[in-house]
Amino acid sequence: MNILGDDPAFRSGSVDFCGVRKTINLAFTPEVQPGDFVLVHVGFAISRIDGEEAARTFKYLEHIGALAEEGLAP
Amino acid sequence: MRYVDEYRDPQIAHALAGKVACMATRPWVLMEVCGGQTHTLMRYGIGDLLPKGIELVHGPGCPVCVTPLELIDQAIHIAGLPGVIFTSYGDMLRVPGSHCDLFQARARGADVRVVYSPMDALNIARENPAKKIVFFGVGFETTAPANAMAVWEARRQGIANFSMLVSHVLVPPAMRLILESPKNRVQGFIGPGHVCTIMGFREYQELADEFHVPIVVAGFEPVDLLEAISMLVAQLEEGRAEVENQYSRSVEYKGNIAAQRVMRDVFTVADRKWRGIGEIAQSGLVLRKEFAAHNAERVFQLESLFVEEPKECISALVLQGLKKPVDCPAFGKRCTPMSPLGAPMVSAEGACAAWYQYKRHA
Repeated sequence: MNILGDDPAFRSGSVDFCGVRKTINLAFTPEVQPGDFVLVHVGFAISRIDGEEAARTFKYLEHIGALAEEGLAP
Repeated sequence: MRYVDEYRDPQIAHALAGKVACMATRPWVLMEVCGGQTHTLMRYGIGDLLPKGIELVHGPGCPVCVTPLELIDQAIHIAGLPGVIFTSYGDMLRVPGSHCDLFQARARGADVRVVYSPMDALNIARENPAKKIVFFGVGFETTAPANAMAVWEARRQGIANFSMLVSHVLVPPAMRLILESPKNRVQGFIGPGHVCTIMGFREYQELADEFHVPIVVAGFEPVDLLEAISMLVAQLEEGRAEVENQYSRSVEYKGNIAAQRVMRDVFTVADRKWRGIGEIAQSGLVLRKEFAAHNAERVFQLESLFVEEPKECISALVLQGLKKPVDCPAFGKRCTPMSPLGAPMVSAEGACAAWYQYKRHA
């Protein structure tokens, strides 16, 4: 995502949805920075996807998957 | 796509389903409240991966489905008035009112336009000062801040020809209705991740404590839902009733404060009728008095309507998890997505429509 415009109330960003770019309103996510991943609903970014939380959860999920592969878990 | 593909990994999905099978010592009934989650569960056949004792029932969380017939009729009435451009999210256009839908109204000459965002409707208003632009503001808490922002901006920028026909509903009062019913079967809830992205999960904590029911706030991909189911079964087997957050990559306890502020500034909580269920106290949002100039019900001086729903439809029971879509004698015969009798067959996210699309031939 890239940021367009500086006014915090009307900050918008250009968000890449798998190759399609759309201009998205950032009024509810003042903290986002270029390069962030955001959750978009009806033209507004409603959260910044927390990369650390996602990585932590996913590491745990991969661990479950790997254990199952080795026959160590159900 | 990052944060999506990895949550569709079949190996992890199977491992999670296996974990549920190991933990479950007896049957449990779980409900997903949100229509988006209903759709994922059906599309990926997640119920079929789970042990037989784990029953998934589908909740009332499709805003398109629960918009009352009266309001659809009013929308069609407004759309047909001269000088009006009626704007809406696309999925509202084929929702049948008592006589026709907005698509048919458009075919008869009404200027009905699909918009991606309420801000697009505001732009249409700015570009067409001689017309009255009405936006159909439908949705749960996820959509409310965006709709609120459009009204807020209309007032701030003095866009007098923009108004909103509001049909906003809230999730926790519907969960409360289900839990208070003497016939309730639901023992654990998959919480609505996008609603909680906005609202946080304080209100869900109150429900969990009061009704001693576990709630796991979850995302929308298959692995998200399987993990939430596994967390719910773990709680139920251990006798716990807590709120846990599976969707921590998006949801924080306090929610999105900036979005809540705009929502609170523009809307206030009121009683609201739900299609298929009836009136639920303090379950909807209406525009505050300060925004009356942008309230379509005022602008067009709509009188309150009462429209009776088809008697054969058992949607009230389906939406509360008391019956399955296939328990209805009209399902797939007199009631199909092309010609729906009731709320849950109306939108792709409704329980009956999702069932019709993915499980009809199962």
